[in-house]
Amino acid sequence: MPLGAHIKEHPAYFHRFDAVWTPTVLVLDASGEERLRIEGYLPKDEFRAHLELGLARVAFMRKQWADAEQRYAQIVERYPDSKVAPEAVYWRGVSHYKATNDHTVLGDVAEQFKGKYQDSVWALKALPWSH
Amino acid sequence: MSIQWNKDADAALAEAKEAKRPLLVDFSAAPA
Repeated sequence: MPLGAHIKEHPAYFHRFDAVWTPTVLVLDASGEERLRIEGYLPKDEFRAHLELGLARVAFMRKQWADAEQRYAQIVERYPDSKVAPEAVYWRGVSHYKATNDHTVLGDVAEQFKGKYQDSVWALKALPWSH
Repeated sequence: MSIQWNKDADAALAEAKEAKRPLLVDFSAAPA
């Protein structure tokens, strides 16, 4: 569901949602909790990847692990060169772990980062999971 | 297909809650 807030029409909305720059895009869950914030322009595919990351986060925070894992996997598949792809790899693994309590999946995530996205901060975050 | 932008935050939040759907909020300063 889309809500548009123009600075001239609804300046109060900027204060209400702590929007301090344009463009700013938020993904809120159904209860109004912010799950993603994008500040500044992005190329089309990068923007889509970010939005899908927000929807995956919505599912994750609702503890819908299978849905979240699927959404993160789709991001990796559809936007492998996106800036958010490494983050999606990380959270795809965490979603799977949450669903199964199988800790070996986290080691697998760390191994995946040795092959791709090695320079991302998400590879560093997965480092303690290395076998 | 054009997007039907809601301009009322309270209504949009209520609609999202009712439908149990996420809400996308676009803050813009672009000329209409």
